[in-house]
Amino acid sequence: MSSSTTTPVEAGPATTAVVVPRRRLRGGDPSDTRRTNWWATALIAVCSLTVIIPLYLAVAVALKTPAQLASGTGFELPWPINWENFAVAWERTSFPQALLNTAIITVGSVVFTLFTSSLVAYALARNLHRPFFKGVFYYLLAALFIPFPIIMLPLVKQTSLLGLDNPAGMIVLYTIYGLSLNIFIYTAFIRSIPIELEEAARMDGASTWRVFRQIVFPLLMPMNATVGILTCVWAWNDFIMPLVVLTEPSDRTLSLAQYVFQGQYNTDYTVAFASYLMAMAPLLIVYIFSQRWVISGVMRGSIK
Amino acid sequence: MATVTTADTRRPEPTAAPRKRSKLAPRAYYWFVWPAVLAFAAFHTVPVIIGVFFSFTNYAGYGTWDFVGIANYANIFRDDRVLQAYGFSFLFAIVATVLTNAISLAIAMGLNAKIRARNFWRGVYFVPYILAVLVVGYVFQFLFSNSLPKILSGIPLFADNILTNPDWAWTAVVVLAVWQACAFSIIIYLAGLQTIPADIYEAASIDGATPARQFRSITFPLISAFFTINVVLSLKGFLQVFDPIIALTGGGPGTSTESVTMLIFRGGFTGGEFAYQTANAVLFFIVITIVSLLQFRVLQRREADF
Repeated sequence: MSSSTTTPVEAGPATTAVVVPRRRLRGGDPSDTRRTNWWATALIAVCSLTVIIPLYLAVAVALKTPAQLASGTGFELPWPINWENFAVAWERTSFPQALLNTAIITVGSVVFTLFTSSLVAYALARNLHRPFFKGVFYYLLAALFIPFPIIMLPLVKQTSLLGLDNPAGMIVLYTIYGLSLNIFIYTAFIRSIPIELEEAARMDGASTWRVFRQIVFPLLMPMNATVGILTCVWAWNDFIMPLVVLTEPSDRTLSLAQYVFQGQYNTDYTVAFASYLMAMAPLLIVYIFSQRWVISGVMRGSIK
Repeated sequence: MATVTTADTRRPEPTAAPRKRSKLAPRAYYWFVWPAVLAFAAFHTVPVIIGVFFSFTNYAGYGTWDFVGIANYANIFRDDRVLQAYGFSFLFAIVATVLTNAISLAIAMGLNAKIRARNFWRGVYFVPYILAVLVVGYVFQFLFSNSLPKILSGIPLFADNILTNPDWAWTAVVVLAVWQACAFSIIIYLAGLQTIPADIYEAASIDGATPARQFRSITFPLISAFFTINVVLSLKGFLQVFDPIIALTGGGPGTSTESVTMLIFRGGFTGGEFAYQTANAVLFFIVITIVSLLQFRVLQRREADF
């Protein structure tokens, strides 16, 4: 960490300059009457360089020609800008295919996870005093302790046997493996929802399913956000599971595409970095627009 | 993935009132739960059982196999490569856990102070969580092997590419892993810090408590539940390190940065050691569980001391 903080870089000050005025317009939190702590601000700004520098490096390298790169450390401003790397990377990693695969797996996992985890958690949370449901709860929870390597080798045999060594199989696996943690997150929240609401609906003749769909699920929105974010980031970035489960090259996810890429074109850094940027970009762009929502979602999930 | 909910669920569940006389729940609840239980058993429990079963055989991943009793387990303790992998994993995990928690707590406190553009900085520090370790890892790999040797050419350690140094390559892996892990830990600590009411600090500073004293006597005790969960989860995660190593060193130079997960992956898939590495994985599970439980015991006892 310390080694990268000391490296001179042009990106830091530029980014701060862009942002500070924007923030001033919004004004601070009015309930916070403390005076602005400039020392803390400065320290936080300096430390954030450790986050920004690697990202700057990725951009700087991706915009260079191999010759420009060879003559420097990689940190120099790329000039003239070489956009061609992106086109080459697009071809070599069959980017559209990998992006589509990753998107399908991620969206599928999030949708199925939100639906199944919340449903199971609801049934468990409302019946935790019954031995059967309590047993199921702890059974699912215990799996949190089992490291992936232990199931990795048998799982590969099983998925290929069942014909699940494809994106559909990945969706199934993410949905199932996410259960443990998600139920953990949901149940605590569900138990804080007053049960009277559901009982009133039941009086009016609503079935358990209808109560869940029309009353409980909408109330779970804050937790759905948390679970959705965690699942989305996990499925999008995961490397080890697609690596061992997927067999067809055409099913490759973005992470896998980068790995294969590394092996094949070892010295071709400029193209490789363009490819890395393209792999990171979709999620990063979504994050930039939903940043506040994402962070508050994750924070809420951790306090509950 | 850290959720402080643990604290709640460890307590005996306050039963949701005996509002229903019957012992059985409405049938719909069973329909909600059974499919999930069956699917979970099929894709999680069954592989675990198969794995444990094969760990008592000499199955290579293909062909025929015989029972060999506990020979695999016995051999693990005599295998230098396995012992080295455990040594590396523990060294790495302990150093990374300490650094991650110290750095994240410090930054979380900075972000919790009244600073300019707080939401922006918060967003910046969370970015590493969004990015794939593998992809970021390749950027770090370039940084260590191409940029730093030129920038720090005066320091031999960096000039010769730290990733090819058998004694120090692991520190580069730590840098990458901590860089990534901090993002999430910071948010957890921040969530913890925000549960502390501001007037406690006001009262303390009126009583003349120094900032150091306030940290020791107020902040830390009040977020110790968050500290416990963060430490336990990061150690558990770091022990199973895989992606950062693939990206940076591939386990090298030699086998000096080979973690247990990596060894299981390599030996099991390409080394024809399916049964042997599965035995290793079972052992690894036991080790991780014991370590996690021990940590909970020790840290929670300390929590109670305050």
